[in-house]
Amino acid sequence: MIGVNRYKCGYCGACVSVCPIGAVELVETWIEIADDCTECGTCAGVCPIGALEVLK
Amino acid sequence: MTAKPDKYDIVIVGAGPAGSITAKTAAAHGSNVLMIEKRQAIGDPVRCAEGVSKPQIKEHIEPDERWIAAEVKGSRIYAPDGTSVELSEDVSGAEVGYTLERKLFDRALASEAALAGAEVCVKTRATGVIIEDGFVKGITAMHLGEECEIRADIVIGADGVESKIGRWAGINTTLQPSDLETGAQFLVADIDIDQDFCEFHLGSAIAPSGYLWVFPKGNRSANVGLAIGGDVCSQGDRPIDLLRNFVEERYPNGKIIEIVVGGVPTSGPLEEMVTDGLMLVGDAARQSDPLTGGGIINAMDAGRIAGEVAAQAISEGNVSKARLQEYETIWRERHGKRLKRSLAVKNRFVTMNDSDLNNLVHSVEGIDFSTMTLFEMLKVLVRKNPKMLLSLRKLFV
Repeated sequence: MIGVNRYKCGYCGACVSVCPIGAVELVETWIEIADDCTECGTCAGVCPIGALEVLK
Repeated sequence: MTAKPDKYDIVIVGAGPAGSITAKTAAAHGSNVLMIEKRQAIGDPVRCAEGVSKPQIKEHIEPDERWIAAEVKGSRIYAPDGTSVELSEDVSGAEVGYTLERKLFDRALASEAALAGAEVCVKTRATGVIIEDGFVKGITAMHLGEECEIRADIVIGADGVESKIGRWAGINTTLQPSDLETGAQFLVADIDIDQDFCEFHLGSAIAPSGYLWVFPKGNRSANVGLAIGGDVCSQGDRPIDLLRNFVEERYPNGKIIEIVVGGVPTSGPLEEMVTDGLMLVGDAARQSDPLTGGGIINAMDAGRIAGEVAAQAISEGNVSKARLQEYETIWRERHGKRLKRSLAVKNRFVTMNDSDLNNLVHSVEGIDFSTMTLFEMLKVLVRKNPKMLLSLRKLFV
């Protein structure tokens, strides 16, 4: 699964824009990952602050 | 929230510059408009370097000192080896002139929309679009924790880099990591900088596949930020890490009073920005400049055109894709060619190493750019570096 460190996240939405299946959502001040996430890690790759990671 | 009708002519998702100008324009043309914003405060948090050109902003709104943080005369571009060239204000294109206070600017634009007659509803997030008979007929939303349905003849997605409105309506807006600049910025206070000039720094150590900027913000402060290609972003070398390195070395005594993060689309505009009952404006339509990352003016222009076309379409009772297409056609006539050029330059730029960048800046050292536009300056660069910029020659004849 994708781990979101809410204490790091700047809720900018960069991760949302690159998700190939639209599974990432910026709600207001937090990121939600939908159940259909394929754990491709594209979102984690572009995060400017390193708040996302693919948890093995 | 006061009692509102559940049906509007137009519902606009997102209250940034694109959304507010769309709302203001459509309302002024007689449409019944609702603009929603998922945040509880319009304009906050900021995700922008806040630089705009003076003449371009004046086409849309009378400058107001309340939302102008600083004015600059020009900019300096630094090669990786420190060599610099100086550009006057009108040369630097859309990126210099004023440094805005976006928190107040966005709020002023939203107020104008409201004064023109648009309804505004904050802390309201779109959760889906309603599609009936092939037409977008409204949105589902959540307002203060409660689900609701908002029907409208036209839905306009002004929902920024993280746009979902287009996706929900069948337009593929997904960005490749290489088509996203991922960035971080500090508002650094109490530093000695030249408040008259913006700085742009190039180089693989500073900002690979991107650049670092210093935009004066008045009173011994500046927006110091950088953005890098989403495809070259990696653990330990993320924008926040690179920025921290630069600021610690360059401004050891500076105080960071704000951290900004964000992503900028650099794909070039979407191939389709409208469908039946739906239009996309601003970053949601990927209208930001692929080379500079500047998006405010393109978005405001889109808002004005989209607002007019939407209001006309409503009064004609025809909100088909073919009718709404007029917006896209006009917007592309104004911005298409320039953005296509920007994309080509950006695509070439990201393949350059530091030595290429140094050579590029050296080739124009001492040239007086004070009366040239960005286009003309790029033309000079292409002429001076025929081999390196061969692929761009056709675009700059």
